[in-house]
Amino acid sequence: MNTVKPGYVRPLDLRNGRVDLGFGAGGRAMAQLISELFARAFANDFLARGDDGAVLPAPAPGERLVMATDAHVVSPLFFPGGDIGSLSVHGTVNDLAVMGARPLYLAASFILEEGYALAELARIVDSMAAAARAAGVVVVTGDTKVVEQGKGDGVFITTTGVGALPAGRDPGGARARPGDVVLLSGRIGDHGMAIMAQRESLAFDSEIVSDSAALNGLVEALYAAVPAEAVRVLRDPTRGGLATTLNEIAAQSGVGMELDEAAIPVSPQVHAACELLGLDPLYVANEGKLVVLCAPEHAEAALAALHAHPLGAEAARIGAATADPQHFVQIRTGFGGRRMVDWLAGEQLPRIC
Amino acid sequence: MKYVDEFRDGTLAAGLARAIAREADSGRDYAFMEFCGGHTHAISRYGVADLLPANVRMIHGPGCPVCVLPIGRVDMAIRLALARPEVILCTYGDCLRVPASDGLSLLKAKARGADVRMVYSAADALALATREPAREVVFFAIGFETTTPPTALVLRQAAAQGLANFSVICNHVLTPSAISTILESPEVRRLGTVPLDGFIGPAHVSTIIGSQPYAFFAEEYRKPVVIAGFEPLDVMQAIRMLVRQVNEGRAEVENEFSRAVVPEGNLKAKTLVAETFELRRSFEWRGLGLVPYSALRIRAAFAPWDAEAKFGLDYRPVPDNRACECGAILRGVRKPTDCKLFGTVCTPETPMGSCMVSSEGACAAHYNYGRFRDVPVRVVDRAARLNANQETA
Repeated sequence: MNTVKPGYVRPLDLRNGRVDLGFGAGGRAMAQLISELFARAFANDFLARGDDGAVLPAPAPGERLVMATDAHVVSPLFFPGGDIGSLSVHGTVNDLAVMGARPLYLAASFILEEGYALAELARIVDSMAAAARAAGVVVVTGDTKVVEQGKGDGVFITTTGVGALPAGRDPGGARARPGDVVLLSGRIGDHGMAIMAQRESLAFDSEIVSDSAALNGLVEALYAAVPAEAVRVLRDPTRGGLATTLNEIAAQSGVGMELDEAAIPVSPQVHAACELLGLDPLYVANEGKLVVLCAPEHAEAALAALHAHPLGAEAARIGAATADPQHFVQIRTGFGGRRMVDWLAGEQLPRIC
Repeated sequence: MKYVDEFRDGTLAAGLARAIAREADSGRDYAFMEFCGGHTHAISRYGVADLLPANVRMIHGPGCPVCVLPIGRVDMAIRLALARPEVILCTYGDCLRVPASDGLSLLKAKARGADVRMVYSAADALALATREPAREVVFFAIGFETTTPPTALVLRQAAAQGLANFSVICNHVLTPSAISTILESPEVRRLGTVPLDGFIGPAHVSTIIGSQPYAFFAEEYRKPVVIAGFEPLDVMQAIRMLVRQVNEGRAEVENEFSRAVVPEGNLKAKTLVAETFELRRSFEWRGLGLVPYSALRIRAAFAPWDAEAKFGLDYRPVPDNRACECGAILRGVRKPTDCKLFGTVCTPETPMGSCMVSSEGACAAHYNYGRFRDVPVRVVDRAARLNANQETA
């Protein structure tokens, strides 16, 4: 008599197990990883179908679809204020949000390194699921590949998102006009410095916490307060920081910018850490900040709307777009002089003296 | 941030600016050289030039360690790191992008398989050697007198521990000899075609060497020297002190940075350096050429930790692009915008000459922070000026 229970599968050892090449081989191990880890964490009807893709409902009449993708290779994988899981959700959600769209669905693709602890992977996936729930997006499809040991850095995650763009909204980097007001939703540099403080080569302790957050709620609050056409440009200043974002907008729109250094919020900790390392917070990455270029007559209402939202409590008016055929971003220094805020040349490297 | 923000205060700056404008003699021009890249950076970063009257001009000197590092020295490090897979080459972040021969830099050599790592201190490099006993850790040491004592310290620690897998490529250079070279240049010394009315003396370098070494320049060349901190208010105060010296016909060494610099310097650090290093007869400076007795090499007692001796490294000089004006810019003879290469083929992304290499270099500082000033008239400026004219009328 056959004593083996039909369909019996020994569950994944999520406490002590490790990723092996079998998890990416398309066999039972992979099916198990999907059902016991991903489908459990992301639990939704789209994934539950177990098909190769997700069938999504059409957008409401008048709405358009927006699509964005973002690859995440952050090191370390866990940092104060987040981890690669939550970051991979926020990254794509924010890309959609700054297009003016309401983020709806995410696809997630994982590249796992052989030998990576399943317990850590489960933490990352749970954090990702929590971030998705908080942002109101659903992870509807995904993929997993495993690379040999030494060929990855634990976990790489790429997310692709789809959002719905309500009629009338059309923010874009090329839409800034001279006179538009530049608003910033809060302190800059927190994410980049939180990551840098964790790296082994920099032995300094800090209380800096990443600002990693989903911005779609803040963007909705903004659109609720001002006419859609008053919102000229929305951006999240990630890699390259605020300086790079503003230079991109200046180049795309063919305008200059005049900023007021004293108005740009920087936490004392980030200021101090940047000072110590010879970095400029204007070029340090953020993962939960919003830059808005707004028509001047609606700037006050826009700023008030940002202030009223938890993610915009420290929002500030930091400058304005100008007519400048050179498209230079200039800043009035707190000291009383002026200078350019240029594109970053290469990576920001600390100075010696 | 305490002890920093106090020295960046806009209100105090405005007061100092008024004082300088009041004291500067409108019947003459003042040209002062800030020797250090740290000062160059502060002047550009905070827009200090906007707070100075038109007849007070700052000349950016050669005190940027990365800028004056000759290509041949970087080539030497790259050759070593590429030829020997057991070598881990460590250096300060600033050095990684310095362009070398064959379109390489340490960063690009890394992409070609060399193990190049950024460290924040000499001590980090030593710790790496302890952690990686099977590898050869080579510290590419650069900098003026400020970064020399830490290099001396790790050499002595390596010797004391008998750490056989650690060595240093020593590129440390000396400030006073570079100042001498500038003052001895024909334009400054004999022809007088380049007016140089005084120096802002180094901040961090002077914490080590003290203020005494500058007395010679004040006496021999009749040039006032004011040692100043790296904060923008320090620079403004130093300019005011220089203006006063010039007006009163004095040429003295004054110390604005008295919160950190004493006349004799840091005796412990100076002893450490003297015991570990000796003078090189001559050393090449990018932009200045061969400067006699301007650099240090590791003493024979520490030869096992001297990478040049240990790996038999040879130095092959590499000439700069012939159109490059860095040498003249460093002596104050030319401005960055006088150079044909500036902003065309020579940019911070693709630096051709030394002054464009680091953000402390004269050309890079002007490119990154000041090039908007080169544009003739801006639309908003014109409107503002019209308004101002109407108001005064």
